[in-house]
Amino acid sequence: MTGNTAYGAASSRKHSLYRKGIEWLAWIGMLLCTGVTVSILFMILGYVLYQGASYINWEFLTALPLPAGETGGGIANALVGSAIVVGGATLMALPIGLGAAIFVNEFPSAQLGRFVRFLAEVLTGVPSIVVGLFAYALVVRTLGSFSGLSGSVAYAFIMIPIILITAHEAFRLVPMALREASLALGVPKWRTILWVVLPVSSRALLTGVVLAIARALGEAAPMLFTAFGNPFWNLDPRKPMATVPLLIYTYATGPYDDWHRKAWAASFVLLVVVLVTSLLTRAFLRGKSNE
Amino acid sequence: MQGEPQVIGRPLGKLLTRASDKLVRGEAQVINLGDRFFYTVTRVLALCVVCLVLLLVLDLFRGAWEAIRQFGLKFLVGTTWDPVARQFGTLPTIVGTLVKAFIALILAVPISIGSAIFISFYTPKWLRPVLSYPIELLAGIPSIIFGLWGLFVMVPVIRVIQIWLKAHFGWFFLFNGPAVYGVGVLAGSVILAIMITPIIAAISRDILLTVPRTQIEGMLALGATKWEAIWKVALPYARTGLLGAVILGLGRAVGETMAVTMVGGNSFDLIHSLFDPVHSMASQIASEFAEATYSLYVSSLIYVGLVLFGITIIISLLAQLLLWRLSKGRIAILE
Repeated sequence: MTGNTAYGAASSRKHSLYRKGIEWLAWIGMLLCTGVTVSILFMILGYVLYQGASYINWEFLTALPLPAGETGGGIANALVGSAIVVGGATLMALPIGLGAAIFVNEFPSAQLGRFVRFLAEVLTGVPSIVVGLFAYALVVRTLGSFSGLSGSVAYAFIMIPIILITAHEAFRLVPMALREASLALGVPKWRTILWVVLPVSSRALLTGVVLAIARALGEAAPMLFTAFGNPFWNLDPRKPMATVPLLIYTYATGPYDDWHRKAWAASFVLLVVVLVTSLLTRAFLRGKSNE
Repeated sequence: MQGEPQVIGRPLGKLLTRASDKLVRGEAQVINLGDRFFYTVTRVLALCVVCLVLLLVLDLFRGAWEAIRQFGLKFLVGTTWDPVARQFGTLPTIVGTLVKAFIALILAVPISIGSAIFISFYTPKWLRPVLSYPIELLAGIPSIIFGLWGLFVMVPVIRVIQIWLKAHFGWFFLFNGPAVYGVGVLAGSVILAIMITPIIAAISRDILLTVPRTQIEGMLALGATKWEAIWKVALPYARTGLLGAVILGLGRAVGETMAVTMVGGNSFDLIHSLFDPVHSMASQIASEFAEATYSLYVSSLIYVGLVLFGITIIISLLAQLLLWRLSKGRIAILE
C-alpha cells in the first residue's frame, strides 16, 4: 500500500495479531465450555452406571425390600408401583393432552386454543413439588389417605403440557394439502382429523407420549406426599405405593451403606430406562425424517 | 358426507344464509353433526386444561388459607420457622432459593452459552449432533439422580474446596461459614448450575442457529474474524432469545426440588456466607410436609408452595414472552 507509513503498517500488523489472539482465545474458551458440559454428563453417567452395575442382579429386580439394616432384598414393588402410577397418569393425560392439541391445531379460529397452548407452555415451568401439593390438596385430602391414585394425578399434571405441546407441533407439520384433499372428497372434518391427521403424525405423537412418560418416571418430588412410598407389595391404587425415584430418595438419605448401594442400583435402572427411551425416540424420529 | 341443513318446517333461504355466514366466518365445520360433536369433545378437553390450572391455583389458595389468615404478608418477611411455637415465616428460604438460583445462573450462563456458540458456529455440521446430543441427554436425567450424584460424589469435593477457601480466605465474609458440612449454598448452587446448563445450552443453540448465515458471512467478507462476527452480529441478533433461555433456566433453578433437598443443607436460618446450609422453598416443602402434624403447619407449607408457584409463574411468563417465536428448542428440552 502506497499510503501506509512505516508506523501505520507496524501498528496494523500488531492490531491484526491482537485480533487473531482474541479469536484463538474465544475458540479455546468455547471449546472448554463445551468440554465441561459434555464431560459432566459422562462423569454422572459413568459413575451411576459403574456404581449401579456392581450391585444389580436378578434378586434386586424381583425381590421385595427387606427390613432396614438387612442386606439383600430388591425393589420389585417400586418397579411395579412406578409402572402402575405412571400408567394411570398416562390414561388420564393422554386424552386431555391429545384432545386439547387437536382443538388447538384443527380449530384455529377459537381464541381458547391459543390460550390453552400458552397455558401449556407456562405449565411446563410449574415446579414438580407444587404439582405434588396440588395433587395432595385435590386427591389425598378428599380421599383421606396417601394413594397411588393421587400420584397418578400429579404425574398426569406433569405429562399433559408435554403431550399437548409435542402433539400440537406434530399436527402442525401435517401438510394442509392432505387435509384439503380429504375435505374435498367430502370427508367430514372429524373423520379427516382421525383418519388422516392422526395417522400421518402418529410417529411424532408416540414420541411425545414416550417423552412425557420418561419425564414422569424420573420425578420424585410430587410423590413425597401423594404415592408416599410403601415397603410392601401393593397393587391397589387407593393405598400408598412405592415408586422408583421416591425409593432412591429414601435410600440415599438413609443411614445404611447397603441402602446407599441400593440407591445407586435403582438409579442405574432408572437411568437405563431414560437413556434407552431417549435413544429409541431419537432413532424413531430420524427414521421419519429419512422417509 | 356433508350433512344438508334441515329444510323441513324451516325456510330454506334463511338456513342457507346462515350456512353461508358460517362458511364465511370459517365455522363451516359445525354444520356436520359428527363435526359438531367432535368439536365439542375436543373443546371440553381443551377446557379441562384451563380448569386444571384454575383448580391448581384455587387448591393452593384453599390449602394455604389458614396460614394466609394467620400471618398475612408478614409470612414473606418473617425469619422464624418454629413448628413448636406455631410461628412461621419464610424469608430465609426465599432468600436461600433466590441466592442459590442466581449463583447457579452466574456459573451456568457463560458455560452454556459458550457451548451453544461453539456448537452452532465453530463446529462442522456433521459434528453438531455428536456434541449436542449429550447435552440434550444431560437435560433428560432425572433430578433425583443429580441429587444422588451430588450427595455422594460432589459434596465431598466441595467440602475439601470449602475448607481450603476458609483456611486461606476466611477473612472474606462469603467464605466465613461452617465449611466442614460440605452441603450448603455452594453445593446447592453448583448442582443447580449443572442441571440448568444443558437447558440453557440447548435452547441457546437453537436460537443461534436461526441467525441468518448471510449476516455472519457479510461480517466475514468485511474482514472480521469469526469471533468478531459472532460478538458483533450473531449475539445482538439473538439477544432476546438468549435472555429467554436464561430466564427459563432461572425458572428451573428456582423450582428444582430433589437435588437441592439432598445437597442444600436444609436449615431455616438466614444465610451469611456461601457455606451456610439453607433450605430452598421446594426443599422445605419436600422435607417437612410428611412430618407436618397440625393443620396450620401444613397450611404454612402450602403457603410456601403458593409463593414458589407465584415466583415461577412470573419467571415462566417472562420466558414465554421472550421465546414466543421459537418452539423447536423447547421441545428438545422437554426430553
